[in-house]
Amino acid sequence: MLKDITIGQYYQAQSLIHRLDPRVKIGGTLLYVITLFFYKNFIGYGLAILFLALVIRLSKVPFKFMVKGMKSILFLLMITVLFNLFLTPGTPVVTFWKLKITQEGTELAVSMALRLSLLVIGSSLMTLTTTPNNLTDGMEKMMGFLKIFKVPVHEVAMMMSIALRFIPILMEETDKIMKAQMARGADFESGNLIARAKAMVPLLVPLFVSAFRRANDLAMAMEARCYRGGEGRTKMKPLKYHKRDFLAYFLLLFFVVASIWAGRLKLPMLMVGVA
Amino acid sequence: MPITIEHLTHTYGEDTTLAVKALDDITLTIPDGQFVGIIGHTGSGKSTLVQHLNGLLKGSSGHIIFDGQDIYAKDYSLKELRRKVGLVFQYPEHQLFEIDVFSDVCFGPKNLGLSEAEIKERATAALEAVSMPKELYNQSPFDLSGGQKRRAAIAGVLAMNPKVLILDEPTAGLDPQGRQEILDLIKKLQTESKMTILLVSHSMEDVAEYVDRILVMNHGRVAFDGTPKEVFAHYKELEEMGLACPQVTYVMHDLKERGLPVDVSATTVEEAKQSILHALSLA
Repeated sequence: MLKDITIGQYYQAQSLIHRLDPRVKIGGTLLYVITLFFYKNFIGYGLAILFLALVIRLSKVPFKFMVKGMKSILFLLMITVLFNLFLTPGTPVVTFWKLKITQEGTELAVSMALRLSLLVIGSSLMTLTTTPNNLTDGMEKMMGFLKIFKVPVHEVAMMMSIALRFIPILMEETDKIMKAQMARGADFESGNLIARAKAMVPLLVPLFVSAFRRANDLAMAMEARCYRGGEGRTKMKPLKYHKRDFLAYFLLLFFVVASIWAGRLKLPMLMVGVA
Repeated sequence: MPITIEHLTHTYGEDTTLAVKALDDITLTIPDGQFVGIIGHTGSGKSTLVQHLNGLLKGSSGHIIFDGQDIYAKDYSLKELRRKVGLVFQYPEHQLFEIDVFSDVCFGPKNLGLSEAEIKERATAALEAVSMPKELYNQSPFDLSGGQKRRAAIAGVLAMNPKVLILDEPTAGLDPQGRQEILDLIKKLQTESKMTILLVSHSMEDVAEYVDRILVMNHGRVAFDGTPKEVFAHYKELEEMGLACPQVTYVMHDLKERGLPVDVSATTVEEAKQSILHALSLA
């Protein structure tokens, strides 16, 4: 059950996307996500889907992983779709009892669903193809300008990389404790909401205890190796742009401009609207 | 309640590029009341194997027959199985969570839906079995020493009254005295309550003295299966797997090579001593 969480998970493979500079991937994902909000018609979304499919293909990450990531937002997605479908005022298409499905509502629901899915798949593709270390390295470099405003960029990046690094460890730990309590007859899967919440206690208490213990050990180990923050710290593998990175930037920009232009043409969101 | 494992295979991360075959076609039978040591190098599949025995992991293929019933059958109750097969995980003290030792040990029996009186009775019996001092019953489990925590956690599993007890590296991270205490405790459980016991370890020294049978795991397969004497006879091969035999095995082989007619199959220091004395008296 815990293996289904793919957010922040890295998928090991040899691909062009994996080799790209993390700054390209972070910047690209950000741009891509912003772009999604500009589309007003189906062509924009179509182009985004095409673009995403191409990148997924290049990344060699099996499509299954993307779908797995979607599972975690399925609930949110359903609520968004239902609310938009039924609560948007406009020209009614279908009416039963007190519920009306409007033309505008359908369009909004479809575009919201597409937007959310593309957003989640796109950003999970970034984490799937970038190691946590690379990711925070990239972030640190990109946010470097904030140092002028006395933002502790390095410290924040370090905290993030530690947090990311601990996700799999804590997940494994959760799995282990869950199994240990199940071996003592604990039941995490049945019962009502209150019973289930109560059943979490034997899981959460040991988990917190172990998280604190690990944090303590890690702090000690870092200090033992003379860690004292970012000042004057050098990198073993400094980030450097290659030709492919510039090419990627160029293609990305092309995609953004082209799809926004096409996505804002005066065309209907759905083909049914035309009829 | 004998356990039979038939062609059990388990693959971790089946659909990823990182698929690892942790168990590879395992077939074996464990009769009632046997004390079995499962030995293997880190990553040899020993922990994976024991987690199958109470249904926490499900094999990719193969069957496990417990007491004549296939545990992968549709209507088989895994909850019932977990009551009968107690599993003490590695570092079991990491599962402690209650405000005091006594309530923590009560957690298992409580989950079985027993009456209040019976829960208390079982918890007391379990704590006595692991010789936990009475004055610690009401202490927070987090205030105990390492060895005491471990014993409290083992009591937590014993309180379920299992017929089969599996312990995964029960002596890891303990000092020699704590280790001895835990191993003696396990032996006592086996002789007194006639439990089937599976002891997972990577240390031959730990198990040689106590167990009736040793299973050596290597790369997800059973490499050797037999009495300690039979298994230690393969001490050269064991070494290739990164496992060390008890030190007496080496001493005895060395002595024999140098011409002293000792019994090389001695597994404990006591046996070795007798054999050496005997050989010397012949000379």
